[in-house]
Amino acid sequence: MKIIPSCREVSELLSQAQERPLTLVERFGLHVHLPLCEGCRNFKRQLVFMREAFKRYLERP
Amino acid sequence: MADKTTNSGPLNGSRALEIEQHRGYLMRYALLQLRNRTAAEDVVQETLLAAVEGAARFSGKSSVKTWLTGILKHKIIDQLRRQSREQPLAASDDAERSDTEAIDALFAADGHWRDFPRNWDDPDQSLENKNFWEVFEMCAGLMPVKTARAFVMREVMELSTEEICKELGITATNCWVMLHRTRLSLRECLESKWFGKS
Repeated sequence: MKIIPSCREVSELLSQAQERPLTLVERFGLHVHLPLCEGCRNFKRQLVFMREAFKRYLERP
Repeated sequence: MADKTTNSGPLNGSRALEIEQHRGYLMRYALLQLRNRTAAEDVVQETLLAAVEGAARFSGKSSVKTWLTGILKHKIIDQLRRQSREQPLAASDDAERSDTEAIDALFAADGHWRDFPRNWDDPDQSLENKNFWEVFEMCAGLMPVKTARAFVMREVMELSTEEICKELGITATNCWVMLHRTRLSLRECLESKWFGKS
């Protein structure tokens, strides 16, 4: 991975962050990339939303 | 004095009713995971039966729903094991290759998004919209069967990646690729069918 990860790599890291603790280098990569990239910030919020949506989907009366 | 039949012997009426009330929830849970209505109805029926038979053992420490979900998880895993014995899923190398190809398709060669994820306008409000859930169900239904299993085990059953790998017989890396692909596809589907419409 380069110093600044690509969007593809960032999307992978954001997804894996839900499965395992990220390394320091990986977290640094996100820290550098995210402020510069609205698409990846949107993706990050959408991951949280989708997880919540699955829970709510089951809870619906 | 407490009625003796409350904690032993035949199930009392209110407990039976309480169990029955959760049928819809259990059915959605099972359907997400098994992707087959008949199989889902079977495991829910087995769960309710087991609950009725085991009602005396229900400690009351957790909610009835939590207790039922615990039984259902076991029934689903049993059912998945039966299914995979009868009809093994594709070799994981192939599955991983097609996951990687699906991810490739969403990004340019330099790693940029082909289509940037948009800002979803007030997504929480969508959770209150009945039409949203139809779209959601449709998008969730598009996931390939094996991927859907991994995804639901993670998001809904809240199993760890290790447990999922063990159940599906795949490596952790394989599992991460699968989950990544699923999240990207689900995102794209929700955006094009719902959030992009307004």
